[in-house]
Amino acid sequence: MKSLVQPRIGPVRRSSHTTTMTRVFLVVAALSFVALFLVLPLVAVFAQAFAHGWRIYVDAIRQKDVLAALHLTLLVAAIAVPLNVVFGIAASWAITRFDFIGKNLLVSLIDIPLAVSPVVAGLMYIELFGLHGWLGPWLSQHNLRIVFAVPGLVLATIFVTFPFVARELIPFMQAQGSDEEEAAVVLGAGGWSIFWRVTLPNIKWALLYGTILAASRSIGEFGAVSVLSGHIRGRTVTLPLEVEMLYNEYNFTAAFAAASLLSLAAVITLIVKKAIELISGVHTPPYKEDFAE
Amino acid sequence: MARRPAVRSLIQLKRSSPLPGFRFSLGFTWLYLTLIVLLPLAAIITRSLRGGSAQFLHAISTPRVEAAFRVTLASALLASAVAAVFGFLVAWVLARYNFPGRRIVDALIDLPFALPTAVAGISLTSLYSEKGWIGRFLDPRGIHVAFTQTGIVLAMSFVSLPFVVRSVQPVLEEIDTAMEEAAASLGANDWQVFARILAPVSLPALVTGAALAFARAAGEYGSVIFIAGNMPMKTEIAALLVVTKLEEYDYTGASAIAVAMLALSFVVMLSLNLLQWRLQRKEGKRI
Repeated sequence: MKSLVQPRIGPVRRSSHTTTMTRVFLVVAALSFVALFLVLPLVAVFAQAFAHGWRIYVDAIRQKDVLAALHLTLLVAAIAVPLNVVFGIAASWAITRFDFIGKNLLVSLIDIPLAVSPVVAGLMYIELFGLHGWLGPWLSQHNLRIVFAVPGLVLATIFVTFPFVARELIPFMQAQGSDEEEAAVVLGAGGWSIFWRVTLPNIKWALLYGTILAASRSIGEFGAVSVLSGHIRGRTVTLPLEVEMLYNEYNFTAAFAAASLLSLAAVITLIVKKAIELISGVHTPPYKEDFAE
Repeated sequence: MARRPAVRSLIQLKRSSPLPGFRFSLGFTWLYLTLIVLLPLAAIITRSLRGGSAQFLHAISTPRVEAAFRVTLASALLASAVAAVFGFLVAWVLARYNFPGRRIVDALIDLPFALPTAVAGISLTSLYSEKGWIGRFLDPRGIHVAFTQTGIVLAMSFVSLPFVVRSVQPVLEEIDTAMEEAAASLGANDWQVFARILAPVSLPALVTGAALAFARAAGEYGSVIFIAGNMPMKTEIAALLVVTKLEEYDYTGASAIAVAMLALSFVVMLSLNLLQWRLQRKEGKRI
């Protein structure tokens, strides 16, 4: 299956037959749609956040709970993303450099989290680690808390971002082939030096791309962490959950102020993503032909 | 590598690569996959079936659950249709026409992926509620979006739009324009070129995108719950009902709905893989 997130934008193919009228009409229609459907919601977040002026805005995001939520969100992402990066590298190394039984099955299984509703993902961990879950009694005997605590939030975040790095790397490394690495082996390089000197420099942009996608989703994840959080302010509330709680308390300005931080992160993500595409050619046509997994 | 040849040939078929790290990387991959994905999946499936299949069926066939699934599926279907139509339009314009700001528009398409769902949810709600920037024009004309099923469809279309654009766009970029030009020079008008040449070629990608959009919409939670109104039997989606059951400590009920949702999205994904596999075989490509 192709990557879900594949914003490759190639050169425009001019078709000479369409009339100028059709062309102008379609471009205007598409741009109006994008403006109304995508841009307006983004603008609305900032408009509402600043509705009562700078000072209220700054006060809102300097609230103790908001800062704690921001801190927790970054902490969770800082644990979840590196783990998934390591997994993504290991999985794509095994899958693209070796032949083994069950490879197609493995590739399909890696995609599972993309097909699972975030809420269902959260529930899965409750059934595993919750008080009535498989491991719940053992955990409570040893005084370990996963559900309604930070480890649960981390697990939920790992789950929802699980395939992101692997899905970027697998097609990329498949297309690159292993010639350079095999040459390094022949020349006597060891495993780590092959990885650091040959593989990593070759895959750095695709790796960065996948990492950015994973980080962005980690920061913004709502459904899965909502189920596992328990909503204890200052302790298990991430920034998206804080947005929800403020909103449900009718504290709209504060909710949108917190939301504006997340929107800013989203905009930065889009810019960095686009920059990587333009600089590196990741997600541009050359390796498209070899995309079949 | 001290592995015995017999074992090696069992695990590692065809070609033994000279590269190191096979056992470590594959072992770690399977271990991590099992811990993060497979074990929790097994836990929820066994939980939902603990009371037997009769209890499972009972749990998912109460009127409230059935209504939630009806609302979810109908809304997701409509949303994927909306995403398919507008996604195709946007993909077409991005692939074929040069205009100022094309790269910015292209980057913006992924906004629904990047914007946290809760933020999308509260923002759409504020736009389409009766005092909102858009709602104030629609409400007096009797078009109510916020807190109705229309709102659910809107939020679902928002989150699933990129799936369609990103599926269709590369295909449209690859189509050889010579065929269209030949058709046009033989007297076909724009519509005929679209219907006879472009539509058939891009249909598989459009179906793929729409199916991904549907799967995402059916499981969507964050962006929908704010705008939905969440009235049981009317505007309550399946994902929310899972959370509600959980808050009522009805673990079996929550798990039953969750497993039904899982089954639905696995069926969608499986049919998609089957479709792509058949298409690739038809084109004679290797899989």
